[in-house]
Amino acid sequence: MTSADFVTVLPEVLLAVYAMAALLFGVYTTKDKVAGTLVVTTAAVLVVLALWVGTAGEGTSAAFGGAFIADGFARFAKVIILLSGAGVLLMGRDYMERHNLLRFEYPILISLATVGMMMMVSAGDLMALYMGLELQSLSLYVVASLRRDSVKSTEAGLKYFVLGALSSGLLLYGASLVYGYAGTTVFSGIISTIGEDGMATGLLIGLVFLITGLAFKVSAVPFHMWTPDVYEGSPTPVTAFFATAPKMAAMALFARVMLDAFGAAPGDWGQIVALLALLSMFLGAIAAIGQQNIKRLMAYSSIAHMGFALMGLAAGTETGVQAMLIYMAIYIAMNLGTFAFILGMQRDGQPVTDISALSMYSVEYPGRAAAVAALMFSLAGVPPLLGFAGKFAVLNAAVDAGYAWLAIGGVIASVIGAFYYLRIVFYMYFGDKPDVALDGTMTLTGRVFLTGSALVMLAGMVTMLGVDELALGAAQALVN
Amino acid sequence: MVSIILFAPLLGAIIAGFGWRLIGETAAQYLTTGILFLAAFLSWIVFLGFDGTTQHIHILNFIQSGTLDTAWAIRLDRLTAIMLIVVTTVSALVHMYSLGYMAHDDAWSEGEHYKARFFAYLSFFTFAMLSLVTADNLVQMFFGWEGVGVASYLLIGFYYKKPSANAAAIKAFVVNRVGDFGFALGIFGLFFLTDSIDFDVIFGAAPTLAETSITFLWTDWNAANLLAFLLFVGAMGKSAQFILHTWLPDAMEGPTPVSALIHAATMVTAGVFLVCRMSPLFEFADGTQTFIVYLGAITAFFAATVGLVQNDIKRVIAYSTCSQLGYMFVAAGVGVYSVAMFHLLTHAFFKAMLFLGAGSVIHGMHHEQDMRNYGGLRKKMPYTFWAMMIGTLAITGVGVPAVIFKLGGIPLGFAGFISKDAIIESAFAAGTTASGFAFWMLVIGAMFTSFYSWRLMFLTFYGEPRGDKHTHDHAHESPKVMLVPLGVLAIGAIFSGMVWYKPFFGDEKKVDTFFGITQNEEAHASTAFSLISAAHAAGDDKAKDDHGDDHGKVQQPGEGAIFMAEDNHVLHDAHYVPTWVILSPFFAMLIGLGTAYLFYVRNPSLPRRLAENQAVLYRFLLNKWYIDEIYDFLFVNPAKWLGNFLWKRGDGNVIDGSINGVAMGIVPFFTRLAGRFQSGYLFHYAFVMVLGIVVLITWMSIGGGAE
Repeated sequence: MTSADFVTVLPEVLLAVYAMAALLFGVYTTKDKVAGTLVVTTAAVLVVLALWVGTAGEGTSAAFGGAFIADGFARFAKVIILLSGAGVLLMGRDYMERHNLLRFEYPILISLATVGMMMMVSAGDLMALYMGLELQSLSLYVVASLRRDSVKSTEAGLKYFVLGALSSGLLLYGASLVYGYAGTTVFSGIISTIGEDGMATGLLIGLVFLITGLAFKVSAVPFHMWTPDVYEGSPTPVTAFFATAPKMAAMALFARVMLDAFGAAPGDWGQIVALLALLSMFLGAIAAIGQQNIKRLMAYSSIAHMGFALMGLAAGTETGVQAMLIYMAIYIAMNLGTFAFILGMQRDGQPVTDISALSMYSVEYPGRAAAVAALMFSLAGVPPLLGFAGKFAVLNAAVDAGYAWLAIGGVIASVIGAFYYLRIVFYMYFGDKPDVALDGTMTLTGRVFLTGSALVMLAGMVTMLGVDELALGAAQALVN
Repeated sequence: MVSIILFAPLLGAIIAGFGWRLIGETAAQYLTTGILFLAAFLSWIVFLGFDGTTQHIHILNFIQSGTLDTAWAIRLDRLTAIMLIVVTTVSALVHMYSLGYMAHDDAWSEGEHYKARFFAYLSFFTFAMLSLVTADNLVQMFFGWEGVGVASYLLIGFYYKKPSANAAAIKAFVVNRVGDFGFALGIFGLFFLTDSIDFDVIFGAAPTLAETSITFLWTDWNAANLLAFLLFVGAMGKSAQFILHTWLPDAMEGPTPVSALIHAATMVTAGVFLVCRMSPLFEFADGTQTFIVYLGAITAFFAATVGLVQNDIKRVIAYSTCSQLGYMFVAAGVGVYSVAMFHLLTHAFFKAMLFLGAGSVIHGMHHEQDMRNYGGLRKKMPYTFWAMMIGTLAITGVGVPAVIFKLGGIPLGFAGFISKDAIIESAFAAGTTASGFAFWMLVIGAMFTSFYSWRLMFLTFYGEPRGDKHTHDHAHESPKVMLVPLGVLAIGAIFSGMVWYKPFFGDEKKVDTFFGITQNEEAHASTAFSLISAAHAAGDDKAKDDHGDDHGKVQQPGEGAIFMAEDNHVLHDAHYVPTWVILSPFFAMLIGLGTAYLFYVRNPSLPRRLAENQAVLYRFLLNKWYIDEIYDFLFVNPAKWLGNFLWKRGDGNVIDGSINGVAMGIVPFFTRLAGRFQSGYLFHYAFVMVLGIVVLITWMSIGGGAE
């Protein structure tokens, strides 16, 4: 390890060291008593790292012989991952404490998962990819079953683990095929073996398996089956985490593999990604209609949103990647606000996830209801809210790249999907008077996140807040 | 100053329409009226001080896209100046008249506010009409054209609680759509060929257009003919010419001041104005000019026949308007645009007065409009009677025929006498088949005009009171605010013909100067030819040809307000028609008057017996030649059927049905299916994943780059 390599991976190393130090600290002190402090500290560390990564220099640097790449694209993804991780930690702290779930391992596992995710988005090599992916996944398996005394939580963790293992197997099989036919695991090496007349069949099959593994991580149809069960079973803060940072990491990794390693043949993987995108958008839209549980509903919502993000990726162009990044950033901003609200949904101290409990919520809490309504409209992609800007960007990119059919499908799916978002608004404003109303308790952090997210959606009408410029820079770094 | 004239009514409309709650309803009425009087005053200053040179006043840019440049600009030439005084004067008087007419309206219950709205519409109409006549390009003109259409729609449907008023408003709007479609096509065509919508450019290009051919509806046409025809289709709609006239009689559903302003004096003459404005184009479109002559003559005749038997006082005047517009089109069609404008001007005075007089009668008779229930009102409404009398004298054309006596070269007579005779003489002088046909149609039309006008007078003001006794007992003269406008218009109806005889229909030099056409001296050497005119007016073509060759007058299209081509001598020849031609309308008038006197004063039972004897003819006329019925059969009913079909079958069954089916049937089905797959069993999930891989690999192998 040269010092140049070390400097390049310094943020990841520091976070890993912090995680281990926190583990030692937790084990040798009062264990769970320090968990509250540890959560805040971890969030602070993540924010500081985000600021550092975000401001640290321009350009591209590679470490470990191209296995680790720190470029604009990675920086963009990392900042979002770190910030959303910190956000979820902060807004979930109260919930975890109230439900006696605040173990000191929780922030540490989140930190380690974050290290894995940072590794993923910087991966320049199939082995680095797998390393990051597994570090993230193993941490997430554990946090999914954090509530050990709950059948649902353990079931969620187990399902996630088994299916995750299956997908890892598929991914590794694909990686080995690619290695077999390309003779190298470095992305830049793989891309150089793709000639004028396209890929070798073996390479192509390896690509399909690789895509399979990645699709599992972004929960694209038909590799999405774990998502609703895991989202429902996991403690809500963990669900919020699943819905945000790992999605960004997996999408970024997906984009990196496709463009860095197979960018020479965008048509080959583009059509598969387009198919996955179409299926995801429709299944996410249609299946969510039947859901009464807001966590399951958000699971299907995230499947549909991943479909839209994949649409940008399928385009395979610079605008496509830019649109995908814009979409992901907006998606995460919306989800942070929504989950901040869901975390506050409770009655007599028990969490409530049935959406009919939101009936006439606007009468007692008009401000919050308005914020949620803004978020729902934005999630549905109703102009002029920011959610529409994201959808417009990906549709535009898809049409430009010749995927008009995909864009039409996306529009139809978003119309169907609007139903369940608007149903929540309907319940809040026009529903029947519920038997037992929700408690009004909502932490200050939660309110800040909810309001902030809603305001961002509204402000987005006027300006994209610079996200589009940043995403353009990131996309240029990846597609060159 | 013209900008003030143009925008002051708009300001008034905005203040009255949106701000009357602040300033009060009465204030809004007086404000708009005051503004209109100011505009009228300024217009007269402009008109009297105008030297004939065309001026362009640029106000602001509107649309600039490629070569399309539509500026808001005022084109001030003689035509504009004439229209300015017509529009603002009549409008100001109608505003004033409405102060009295609309004061108490039974259509509205206590506490409902309608007056400010009415005045706002009137002022808005005036603005739209002014922007039409001051336009410097076709798009701006189209703006005004559609603006008056909207105002007309709003005002016809002013009594919106009455279904018939709404139906009439819709009818007016829809029929005008047909015309406007032609107008719009004409504008597109002109822009397509000349790359401009600016009048000056189009006028300059007119000779070229006459030699261009254009393919339209799979046929080759002469460009000038086709474009002039399309523009004329717009004029037909707006000016209620035959086949597109059906909306005008129904438009009488609006309040009577509206009928006077819009459906008599101003808006309906927009078509005539359009033809005169585009005279440089029409002069090169012989085919279209012939068509205009035929159509104008048919309209003049047709509307006059229908007017003979109508019983509603306003409908009689409406058909009369329709007929008089036909006269104007004949004049424009034979190429004497100045005469068309002359009749437009005089007609505005006496027709507005007839309408306002009729309104005064209706007002005094508690909104009774059927003439069969009038009678003997002369004593109850003396002022109204005299006003109507002057109007009738004007429209029927009472005067001293020019062959008998002229005062300083000007014939003596009421306004309508002079302008109408000018048209009839011009029609004769043009000497073509079409104009010969038109001549006879117009003379017969003049006879009918005289009959129905006097019939109206006799039924209303003479004889015994008929109908509801109570109404007659309470019949009263109208207030001063309504009588003063009548008096002012009466002056116009008496004198406007004599005062402006020379500039509009005097010798060519006068007319040319008036319309801003420059002349070279040699050109007028040709006046010498006037001596032989009697012979060649009778149809000596050879003389005419010679005449044309020697005529040195060369006017460039676009120069001056109207354009008369080199070989257009109608104006000149019209002064030298045979004596019997000059006398014929006079005798036609006398016959009409005599018959009406016989029918309605001497022997009131005659009309009924005649109607019974000639039942078929009577019903044919009473039902307006069954044109409405034909349209109902051909267009309205099929359109309604189609609408119903699209609504019930298309929208109801297909669109609603499929959307509902998708939303309530198919989507929930898939939702349930997706729910069933989400069984919770791990092996199901794994199976789906494996299945996914199989599908992807297959997809890739068959459709992808694997081959």
